Amino acid sequence: MADAPLQHPDADKLTGMEHEKQYDFQLPEKYFYKSEKGLNARVIEKISYFKGEPQWMLDFRLKALDIAIKKGAPKWGPDLSGLDFDDIYFYIRPQEKQGTTKSWDDIPEEVRNTYQRLGIPEAEQKVLAGVGAQYESEMVYHNLKEEWEKQGVIFLDTDTGLKEHPEIFKEYFATVVPPEDNYYAAVNSAVWSGGSFVYVPAGVEVDVPLQAYFLLNAQQIGQFERTLIIVEPGAKAHYIEGCTAPTYDSDSFHSGVIEIIAKENSNVRYSTIQNWSHNVYNLVTQRAMVYDNASMGWLDGNLGSKVTMKYPSCYLVGPGAHGEVLSIAFAGDGQHQDAGAKVIHAAPNTTSSVVSKSISKGEGTSSYRGLVQIHEGATNAKSNVECDALLLDETSKTNTYPYIEINEKSAHVGHEATVSKLNEEQIFYLQSRGLAEDEAMALIVRGFLEPVAKELPLEYAVELNRLIELEMEGSVG
Amino acid sequence: MSENRLEIRNLHARIEGGAEILKGVDLVVPAGEVHALMGQNGSGKSTLAKVMAGDPSYEITDGDILIDGESILEMEPDERARAGLYLAFQYPVEVPGVSIANFLRLALNARREDDDEIGVMEFYEKLQRAVKELNWDESIIERNLHEGFSGGEKKRSEILQLLVLEPKYAILDETDSGLDVDALKVVSQGVNAARGANFGALVITHYQRLLNYIVPDKVHVMSDGRIITTGEKELAMQLDDKGYDWIKSEVASGAAPA
Ligand SMILES: Nc1ncnc2c1ncn2[C@@H]1O[C@H](COP(=O)(O)OP(=O)(O)OP(=O)(O)O)[C@@H](O)[C@H]1O
Ligand SMILES: [Mg+2]
Repeated sequence: MADAPLQHPDADKLTGMEHEKQYDFQLPEKYFYKSEKGLNARVIEKISYFKGEPQWMLDFRLKALDIAIKKGAPKWGPDLSGLDFDDIYFYIRPQEKQGTTKSWDDIPEEVRNTYQRLGIPEAEQKVLAGVGAQYESEMVYHNLKEEWEKQGVIFLDTDTGLKEHPEIFKEYFATVVPPEDNYYAAVNSAVWSGGSFVYVPAGVEVDVPLQAYFLLNAQQIGQFERTLIIVEPGAKAHYIEGCTAPTYDSDSFHSGVIEIIAKENSNVRYSTIQNWSHNVYNLVTQRAMVYDNASMGWLDGNLGSKVTMKYPSCYLVGPGAHGEVLSIAFAGDGQHQDAGAKVIHAAPNTTSSVVSKSISKGEGTSSYRGLVQIHEGATNAKSNVECDALLLDETSKTNTYPYIEINEKSAHVGHEATVSKLNEEQIFYLQSRGLAEDEAMALIVRGFLEPVAKELPLEYAVELNRLIELEMEGSVG
Repeated sequence: MSENRLEIRNLHARIEGGAEILKGVDLVVPAGEVHALMGQNGSGKSTLAKVMAGDPSYEITDGDILIDGESILEMEPDERARAGLYLAFQYPVEVPGVSIANFLRLALNARREDDDEIGVMEFYEKLQRAVKELNWDESIIERNLHEGFSGGEKKRSEILQLLVLEPKYAILDETDSGLDVDALKVVSQGVNAARGANFGALVITHYQRLLNYIVPDKVHVMSDGRIITTGEKELAMQLDDKGYDWIKSEVASGAAPA
């Protein structure tokens, strides 16, 4: 099926068509479209056309493509030479993508086995693998949605957000992460699809976490996810994008952009645990603008993938703003987790805290790459960074790249980094109490992650533990 | 002859590739008895304890260790624990991020069948009883295993675990060192509470003081990797008075049994 996609009869003629007309064009429900391979203006025009987007968005995408071409891929960081844009489909219509592009039998056995061992029911397994109908969460979602609507909270997929709330969308979109920011942000800007759009009005406290799985199945969270979250003054929200089961995807390149605007006195948290299949390059830009006395927290868990590059960042632009990044990375055999954090203190009395915990196993490498920047005039800024790495064996590796730039005398910046090997004495101690060697190792790892894991909602913490245990299997030498 | 005993036969052990530390240890602790093991610093007491528990950093070159007549030499440390052996470490390690309650529940369940995990209520009752026995504050069970514990608290935790895990044979390696008088009484009380026909213990100590509270059935003296003599509880008092040179010369002259 994947080799012979149904083509829109006029697909080739659509290039360069007047966009006004395209906007009115209604696509048949069961319509399938898959772009040609590679990244170029034709592909982008088609994406925009099929989504029925306004002209400004198409212009934005095309400009972003120019920027990407001019910038070129960055030369620093992990080895990305396995990534060949000419061999990638940059757009496949999501609804059709599931079910039509693959069947349950196409999902690799390792992924299916993991689902089974996690005890996930088959129907749900299929959703996670992107081959089934959406998880039966619709009733729950429906009730919550009514609640949210009463409060004026908007929680939609990004495409619908653009259609239904163009004025809010246009005001904030790409203001936090402009395409000029970095190469992968430019690529995402050109071809983005899927993600969530969240708007919380002033003073509204959303108690129940906004969970992406209410809205999106695994595929829609997608390849070039674009999430935009706006939290007005004094409001509070927690967004969770959690998919702890390995997200199988035949696509090998994922590049998301997450933009958050946390206005005065707001409180925003964004938690995500990603567990990509081992063929995936996962290059994500996630950033928050944090205004006066607002508090922003990122909790970021990275498992799986071939290469992950992800540095959640907080731009503390208002006095008293607070930013926090908690990150967990597990680099299994042959994987490279390049994760970290960026905090920019651009106003007085801003505070930040970064805690990063990484685990490496086999031929795995995890790196902490972090930037703390204190601008001139950002008086009394305080920042504390703690990064701890745990190596499970002799072959695994870890690196630390802390960049600290201080342009203000009154700043207090702390940085602490530790590297530890799995401790034989601890293992023996736990074994002497009756735990098998692999259980002992898993317990030590869990304890190592506990300071971060305890910040997760309980069900995610439990799943994270099970995942870690699965990843640890076969570690006993 | 009853096979209910912890037995060490002609045990030789060394640090992987290093010099021999245990040079032929023979020792029997029958179930129902508590024996003391004394000896100078560096004589090999802790090495013996760890080798018995299965510490992989030591290599056994000769001899055997048996629980109730079964050799445990080929067993992993966790299998030995499940067979009923317990070691209260001289220097208990810290395991950050792992709470005592969580850890002990896992350790208990490791001894049970997969489909027979201990009930939450049953577990907490058991744990609370042990905490009370040791005159400890209940909040201790939520603390992470030995993280930030004082020396004395670590020792007390080793006994707490003993009370919860209920091993058949326990080795206490200088559990009394670093305890204040009150804690010493409490810990001794804990060990005495475990005493019974189905419990045997080897108590390693430098101090007669402990043996006033935990009265031993036998006292063994170790020197340079061997048990050089075994006597009754009075031997500990004599050692306290006269020192190790005295006992060595007694053994050499044949005045004390070798
Ligand atoms: N892992 C090791 N590496 C090197 N030497 C060791 C090791 N373990 C034990 N030894 C040596 O073996 C000897 C016996 O040590 P052990 O700890 O068993 O003595 P001990 O009788 O328990 O002494 P103490 O009363 O001081 O606790 C010592 O000389 C010690 O240095
Ligand atoms: Mg010792």
